[in-house]
Amino acid sequence: MARSENSRPAWLRIAPLILYRFASSLLTLFLVSAVVFTISGLLPGDAAQELLGQSATPEQIAALRHEMGLDRSAPVRYFDWLTSIVTGDPGVSYVANMPVRDIIAQRLPNTLVLAGITAVISVILALVIGIVSAINRGGKIDRVLNIVTLSLVATPEFLVATLGVLIFSVKLLWLPSISLAPDEASWTETLRSLALPVLSLTFVVVAQMARMTRAAVVDQLERPYVEMARLKGVPFRRIVLFHVMPNAIGPVVNAMALSLSYLMGGALIVETIFNYPGLASLMVNAVTSRDMPLLQSCAMIFCGVYLAMMLVADVIAILANPRLRA
Amino acid sequence: MSVAGRDIAAKEIAVEVRGLDIAVHEASGNRIPIVRDISFAIPRGEVLALIGESGSGKTTIALALMGYSRFGADIAADVIRVGDMRIDKMSRSELTRVRGRRVSYIAQSAASGFNPSRTILSQVIEPLLVHRLADRKTAEARAVELFASLALPSPETIGSRYPHQVSGGQLQRVMVAMALITEPELVILDEPTTALDVTTQVEVLKTIKLAMKQSGATAIYVSHDLAVVAQVADRIAVLKDGTMCEEGSVEQILNAPASEYTRSLMAAAQPEARPDAQAAPDNVLTVSSITAGYGRIRDGMPAKPVLRDVSFSIRRGAALGVIGESGSGKSTLARVIAGLLPAAQGDVMLGDEVLPRAMARRSREQLRRVQIVFQHADTALNPAQTVREILARPLAFYHGLKGPAADARVAELLDLIQLPTDVLARRSSELSGGQKQRVNLARALAAEPDVLICDEVTSALDTVVAAAILDLIDDLRRNLGIATIFISHDISNAHAFCDDLLVLYAGSVVELVSRARFSEGLHHPYTRLLVDSVPEMDTGWLARRSAADAPAIARDAISPALCPFLPRCSQAIVGACDTEWPPRRERDGQSILCHRDWGELRPSGHGVQGRTTVMS
Repeated sequence: MARSENSRPAWLRIAPLILYRFASSLLTLFLVSAVVFTISGLLPGDAAQELLGQSATPEQIAALRHEMGLDRSAPVRYFDWLTSIVTGDPGVSYVANMPVRDIIAQRLPNTLVLAGITAVISVILALVIGIVSAINRGGKIDRVLNIVTLSLVATPEFLVATLGVLIFSVKLLWLPSISLAPDEASWTETLRSLALPVLSLTFVVVAQMARMTRAAVVDQLERPYVEMARLKGVPFRRIVLFHVMPNAIGPVVNAMALSLSYLMGGALIVETIFNYPGLASLMVNAVTSRDMPLLQSCAMIFCGVYLAMMLVADVIAILANPRLRA
Repeated sequence: MSVAGRDIAAKEIAVEVRGLDIAVHEASGNRIPIVRDISFAIPRGEVLALIGESGSGKTTIALALMGYSRFGADIAADVIRVGDMRIDKMSRSELTRVRGRRVSYIAQSAASGFNPSRTILSQVIEPLLVHRLADRKTAEARAVELFASLALPSPETIGSRYPHQVSGGQLQRVMVAMALITEPELVILDEPTTALDVTTQVEVLKTIKLAMKQSGATAIYVSHDLAVVAQVADRIAVLKDGTMCEEGSVEQILNAPASEYTRSLMAAAQPEARPDAQAAPDNVLTVSSITAGYGRIRDGMPAKPVLRDVSFSIRRGAALGVIGESGSGKSTLARVIAGLLPAAQGDVMLGDEVLPRAMARRSREQLRRVQIVFQHADTALNPAQTVREILARPLAFYHGLKGPAADARVAELLDLIQLPTDVLARRSSELSGGQKQRVNLARALAAEPDVLICDEVTSALDTVVAAAILDLIDDLRRNLGIATIFISHDISNAHAFCDDLLVLYAGSVVELVSRARFSEGLHHPYTRLLVDSVPEMDTGWLARRSAADAPAIARDAISPALCPFLPRCSQAIVGACDTEWPPRRERDGQSILCHRDWGELRPSGHGVQGRTTVMS
């Protein structure tokens, strides 16, 4: 029997949901900005002190603070900063003395390339591992994959990275241990330089995603509709692709978004080990030098990307749910 | 017993099973047989019913005909033959080609048997596509034809819907279409109407019977309900604990059952009417003009009203049956009385005391006096606690009993529910379904309530176990004087068990009737439909029922200002029923919500009482 809520066209029911989700992401981002601003204000010492060094007199520091606008009240500075972020010009780096926008513009693509390549490889790998072990649940393949993914989850990425360097760079001499590809490097050189960071990051995120995929697929495989499909004579491969996956996609995408969001920030250790010029190492430098405009901008980028991934995952889950779609 | 009974020897045997054994392997390597030495034969075009309680192996046997077993059980047989195919000799890939093509399956719950994220049509035509029997266009046309022949509404477009967008009864018919689309030789129907409301069941049974006859397929009908099976089967095989008790024609099994077990099954399915309770004249619980529902309450009306203006009272030691189909508001009523869902309007009174609407504002003493026994003991009992802990908790909470006093009371309670003391140390997962429900009941009794609300307490149990639980509750209320509210979807059971019946339809009390008045057979049209929809153990019942006039298919109410039953009512009066809310007509021992006066109501054709006479 057609129920009243189904009389409206699908997009009319989905659009408000997605708009609502989008608005709540924006609100979260706004709240995050306040938190980022407050916390960065709590860091001991300030940029003026840091710039002038130990020998500076209090008068000199006060003068510089005034010049940098640090002596204004916190709310004033916050809204000033917020407008500058929103307009896309988060000011000048205290330390490097160049626009934050330019510094980030240099580093962000590097991080995106690293994260992007890792994401593509690890999503494919996680899907394959998750589905294969779900299909063979309880069997030998499942147990082996289970042990492998569990140990990968438990291994810290600096260990994976260091071992990777030890094996591929030091012993085998296949890959460079530092991934500082010059701008004029060829494609193969760039890829070679990226290989080890991508490998280390993939190891870390793929395990979590594979385990979540397995759980979601197993959950679906035990539903009565799967038995029904088997009793209709549907080949097993088709059952997995056409019956199980459409239902597992919501939880799988959510788990993947959570894991992948780690790539932006968590790449830090890997970037440091391989001396990779990405955003995460930039942010660490900003912390040590109390370079607030840079630090805050990096933090906002990480949060923004994180929220965007969650938003995409939720939208996919909404679209994949027939109760909302149809 | 010979493989093919002498009476069917002359006909062509379409399905033959000989010496079927099915066993599961435990992790420890033990082999546990679940089905032993089953043999039967079905002539072409006939329907064999497999009857038994849960655990009897009926579904396991039926699935073996598709070479399929659950939980990795292994199938061994001398012969499993369907037409010219030896199922027992087939490889996995050969079986895949047979399933859904020459042998098809109709699952118990269409709601979970359909993939929620694919359209109905894509699933119905899938057997034709995967077996390469037709191209998509032909397949779709064939599906639409089948939808039309199965009396599904708007057959052209229903296929583009998703499973959650059609009702349970329609979905079950869609599943029939999916099974018949490849014109199989054998159709296995696994309790296809068990999950449906009784009025919907009639319609689905009718369509199934007609469709099976038209297709000419041989069928196996798995069920626990002899009365349902009597309508559709040619032969019946009775199973118990994986072995066959007896097999014979429907008439023989129903009229002259050879096995003791068959007789006990039939007795359990036909509840004996219990004498009226010697109830005290004072009302222990009075519910007056309750309106309740979900969502925000504005001007005393919730956003989604479930109950409208519900009133009744119940005397000490009496039993009131609350009857209605799923979604009628039965469980909501229980939740309102217990305070789990605060009413938007109206009062619940214990004796002369008006109870606060919300549970949080009721005193411990008020809470103690109203207890619920939930439908699923599995989820109501804490799996981490032993039976002793489960029973001791309410004793400490309501009566402050501890130590030896509590132990003594726990022992008394166990005695009351007729369980041995060695269950005390067990957890609920170590108990059988019936035992769990007894513990669930004892937990409520531990509070020494004045009012006991039993919410479908037997619906998850087998008939024989359920009958024992009902006997127990009946004894308790008579001996302890507990007023019992017995919520059920099964009008024949409730009628046998209760002194008064309250019939809910879409949240309104359409009838409140005493047992004496009930037997007179003069009812609200909905009650009449309910009574007439209960299958009887008589092979001609469905045919007689088909001739009856009531449009039994559930439909939504037209408007909240009109009788909710109007769209299904065969006795509606133009100019009255479609213009105003019906009046409540009262007479001694009965009240109905209807525009028809007592004299105009048609009595029910064959009452629930009729069931007990079929056997004599």
